[in-house]
Parts: sequence; structure tokens; C-alpha cells
Amino acid sequence: MIQQILFCIALGIAIFIFSKNLKFIIRNIKLGKDLDVSDRKPERITTMLKVAFGQTKMAARPIPAILHFIVYAGFMIINIEVLEILIDGIFGTHRVLSFLGPVYDFAIGFFEVLALLVLVSCVVFLVRRNVLRIKRFFGREMTSWPKADANYILIIEVVLMTALLKMNAADYLLQQMDADHYVKAGSFPISKALFVPFFEGFSAETLMLIERVGWWFHILGILAFLNYLPFSKHFHIIMAFPNTYFSNLDAKGRFTNMPEVKKEVELMMDPTADPFAVPAPDTNAEPTRFGAKDVTDLNWRQLMNAYTCTECGRCTSECPANQTGKLLSPRAIMMATRDRLDEVGKNIDKHGEKHDDGKALLRDYISEEELWACTSCNACVEACPVNIDPLSIIMDLRRYLVLEESKAPQELNMMSTNIENNGAPWQFSQADRLKWAQES
Amino acid sequence: MLNVPTLAQMKASGDAPDVLFWVGCAGSFDDRAKKITKAFAKLLEKAGIKYAVLGTEESCTGDPAKRAGNEFLFQMQAFGNIQTLNAYEVKDIVTTCPHCFNTLKNEYPELGGNYTVKHHSQYLQELLNEGKLSIEGGAFKGKKITFHDPCYLGRANGVYEAPRALIEKLDSEMVELKRSRANGLCCGAGGAQMFKEAEKGEKEINIERTEEALQANPDIIAAGCPFCNTMLTDGVKHFEKESKVKVYDLAELVAKAEDLI
Repeated sequence: MIQQILFCIALGIAIFIFSKNLKFIIRNIKLGKDLDVSDRKPERITTMLKVAFGQTKMAARPIPAILHFIVYAGFMIINIEVLEILIDGIFGTHRVLSFLGPVYDFAIGFFEVLALLVLVSCVVFLVRRNVLRIKRFFGREMTSWPKADANYILIIEVVLMTALLKMNAADYLLQQMDADHYVKAGSFPISKALFVPFFEGFSAETLMLIERVGWWFHILGILAFLNYLPFSKHFHIIMAFPNTYFSNLDAKGRFTNMPEVKKEVELMMDPTADPFAVPAPDTNAEPTRFGAKDVTDLNWRQLMNAYTCTECGRCTSECPANQTGKLLSPRAIMMATRDRLDEVGKNIDKHGEKHDDGKALLRDYISEEELWACTSCNACVEACPVNIDPLSIIMDLRRYLVLEESKAPQELNMMSTNIENNGAPWQFSQADRLKWAQES
Repeated sequence: MLNVPTLAQMKASGDAPDVLFWVGCAGSFDDRAKKITKAFAKLLEKAGIKYAVLGTEESCTGDPAKRAGNEFLFQMQAFGNIQTLNAYEVKDIVTTCPHCFNTLKNEYPELGGNYTVKHHSQYLQELLNEGKLSIEGGAFKGKKITFHDPCYLGRANGVYEAPRALIEKLDSEMVELKRSRANGLCCGAGGAQMFKEAEKGEKEINIERTEEALQANPDIIAAGCPFCNTMLTDGVKHFEKESKVKVYDLAELVAKAEDLI
């Protein structure tokens, strides 16, 4: 009875804190500008099923793809057992679903095999990060926290899987002893082989203790892990789904035509346009900015992208600028956007909406040098396994630099002047456009 | 000398072309790119296509301005070009520049410019398939040709097959680069980088790309973009391989096979 009460309290606290943090993130994402992505629903569902659920874009790198798929599938399937753990925890039952008989036996055995595969995969992942030191996991944005975060996640998963198998081993032995409360159910191929030899000869009391500790550790671990997600790159296990659903379905080469610029150009170029037909500006409205200086100038999809990033570094490793030693790293762009958004969100909670901390995404988090190193080649967008678009953020920041601050590199200003004056990025006269036809 | 009809001339004689050849700034002014323009014009002529160019009425699509963040200038350019194109009731456009291709195809429609736009690799493939052009003789027989995917043709618009189909028709040996198609490495010119010095780093992107291309040990590096062409040509010169390895545009390859250039 005490255990049931404790369990319900733990569950309640976990759900409360998680929903609070989730609300913080959703509110932050909504700080972004509007963007209508209510179109093409069937195509969006297909994209989500393919890219997030089916992980098709992971296939470009087969070894991590297989390992990742094991951990992902293992996580999803083993979590079916969490359902049973929840019921058992609340009602004080034990293996409440065991009435399913052979199906149950098979399921538990299958979960054990998966648990072992997950465990091994996580160990391989740890080796790749810490022993093989694969280049993608390093780089200037991979400071101590992102590195530790990745290791914590893997270690937690190893510990959780170990707790599950230990619990099963003790349970199995208790079942053999015909211990009270322990129904004979489940099959334990892995825990029998790995842990039972160590527990042989233990008394029923000790085994019960091991079983209970394993059970509590497993479920408290899962609840704690749930609450770790919003602070971690591991949040991608949730965000990958909405992020791919809402992702850009147009040709990657199509950049947005800024509607606020379109209005101005039409007024300027159209002789029939009536400037007085424009409604009087709303004096209370926030002045609109051309391009993005801070995270709140970006749209909500770009902000959602930032919370989805799992810092895998595929974007950066494919980036031509990064490969040739430039400062630009698309992963750093995403991490900077997320960190700045977190900061803005915390400021609002502390000081209210109008607070200005004097900082911005541009320059305090992302430098001009990074932005001007981009070739807009879309390699980062192509590489992202969850359809994040770092390029659109780079472009919006460039737009702010040019349209609001006139701060393009000198050569680009000259290029613009040439286009304005003679319709070409170089200083050639438009009258000479057909000269090539006269040359032999 | 080529006889290149302009839209203005055609309209004056009450005629209209089947397709507008959008030459682009590089194709009009850059010495290397002008050769590509001429090669493609000769191919159009040989295939008996009724085409025209805008000539002095053509202006930059605004692509480099847009990628450099100057949306205002881009939309001014787009506005002007769309007015010209719509005044001539242009419906079909072919261009030898993937940047013009991408902008005309993807970014102009929302601003009022709706055209069927093709890259010249797609257009040439159609001409070959329809039998309007045929490649005979073995100018490239046994030659090793590799293809560099332009970002704005490949990743940006998913056109990977047309350039390869052309190379295959040349009866040559096609070797793929290590990073090709969707994984292709940029030449370093996109995003208006063509018009500025690279930011500081350890290496130029075109050197990285050319190095990879040379590792495939080709006789010819084929390009489908005037800017890629410049970057790769410079790269080949950097490695002092210009006597052994040539950089040609797809149009030049087909025109050479046809003995037109």
C-alpha cells in the first residue's frame, strides 16, 4: 500500500513537472512569427511517416542508422511494458497482463532481447563518441555540456536496460521458489543467462529486494528521463514528429519572397498604385523588421527546428564552408537559436514580456563571419535526418544585416550596385548583352 | 557569326518563338561562359528550334542579390523581368545557368511570373530523345568523364538524371565522384560567394572539390553551371593539370560531339 501511494505521488510529480516544461517550450516556439503550414496534409503525413517514423534519411550512414534504429525500436517497444508497470504501480498488482499467457511470455522474452540489443548499441555509441572520437561529435560548438548531455543519455539507457534485466532475473528466481505474489509468467532468455548465475543461492527476501529495487529504479528512471528530455538534445524523440510534419515541402532552391518587401516594391514600381490606398499604419503595432535580428523575428517553424536538433552534426560535416575550415557550422546555428530562445523565454518569465536584455541572436550568438561563409548549397538541409533547415535562419539573418544595417561585405555591395545600375553583377553595360553573338 | 534572333525582332515581324533562351549574366559577359552560350545556341540552331533571346532587354534575375540578403533588389529585378517576359507572352524558357533556372522556376511564380522553365541539360535530353539532335561519331569514345552536380540544379531542384543521360550518350566512360547527386559538394560559388572573397579558413572550397574530381582521374570534368565551371577551371589550374584535364559544360560536350565547335 505504501508503495502504491509513493508510486502515485512520483508519477504525479513527474507528469506535473514535464507538462510545465513542455508548456515553456511550446510558449517559446509560439514567440516566432506566423507561418501557414496547413496545406498538403496527406503529403505531410507521408513525410512524417517516412522521415521521422521510418528514419529514411538516417540510411545515408548505415552503421549509426542500424544502431540508432535498434535503440529507437527498442525504446518504443519496451515502453509497451511501461503500461504494465504503471498499472502494477497504481494498483499494487504484479505482472497484471500475464493473463495473456503465451503472448505475454513471448512479449517479455522479446523485450529482453531488445533490451540487450539496446544496451549493446548504446555501449557502441559511447565508444564511438569517447574512444573512436568520431569527428562529427566534436567542433567548437560541442562544448562540455553538449558532450556530457550525449553521454548522460547513453549511460542512462544502459542503466535502465540493466535494471530491467536484473529485475526480471530476480523475478524469475522468485517464480521458481513459488514465492507469494510472484505469478509464473514471462520468459527470460537474456536475464537468465546474464544475471541469474549471480543471484543463485540468494534468499527470497534478498531477491525480493533486488526485484523491487530493479522495478523502482526502472520506473523512476523512466520518469526522471522524461523530465530530462526538455533540457536535452534527446528531446528530438518527441520533436522529430511535428518537425517533419511541418517541414518544407517545396523545392529546396525556392527561398521565400518577403511579403513586406513585395508590398514596397509594388508601390514603387506600379504606376497605378495609390500610396494613399494603404491603410494607415497601426501606431501600436511593433515595427516590423526586415529579416531577423533576434529569435522572435524568426518564424515558429524555425524555432521548432531549434528544439528538434539533436546535435548529431551531419549538417556540419556536409557543410562545404565547415569542411574547408571556415567558422560556419550549421549545427552551431541551430544550437545558438535554441540557447537564445531559452534565454528569451526565461527573461519573459522573470521580467515580463516587454523586457529587453540588450542581447540578440545576431552577434551575441551568431557572428557575421559565420553568416557570410554560407554558399546556400543546401547540403545541411539535405543531411538533416529530421528535416531541420539551418539555411533559412542564415538567410533571414543576412537579410537583416543587408536591409536594416546595410552591412554586407564590400564586394557584395559593389555587386548590388552593378545589378542596380546595369542589370548584371559585374560592370558591363546592358547594351552589350548580345555581343557574344557577334563574336566568332 | 551566329544569327541570334531577339524577341523584339520576332515580335516586330509578327512572329513568336517556341522557346526563350535565357542567357544569364555569366553567359552574356563572362568570356568562358560565353563559349557555353554559343555552343548551346548552335545546338538550338542545328536542332531547328525556333528560339529567341531577350538580348539587351534581359537583366539579372536577382539571384545573387537575393542570396546575399538583398531581397529588395531581388524583387526589383524580378518585377522588371516579369514585366518584360509577360509583355512578350513568354511561356517556355530554357537557360544554361542553374541559378537563373532556379529563380525563374521557383521564385518568380509568386511574383506573377509563371513559365515552364528548363535547364539546358533537360532541354538537350529532350531534343536527343525526340531525334531532333543525334550524337554520332566518337569524339569522346573511351574518354573518362565525371560530372559535378551544381547545387541549384541537383539538391535545389532534384535534377540529377538529365546531365548523366547526356554524358552516357557521348559513348564515354562516366565516373561518379565520391560526393555526387544529393551528396554533391558545392563548388564554392553559390550564395553570392562568387562575387566576394571567401571567409577565412584553411582551404578554398573549389580546391577541395577539384581535388576530389582529380582523384577520379578523368579526362574531362563536366559542369552544368557557368559558375561551377569557373570554380573548377580555377581549381584545375591550381593543380597545374589544365593540359590533361578539361572542364567543359554539358552543352559544349554535345556541341563538340556534333562537330559544331
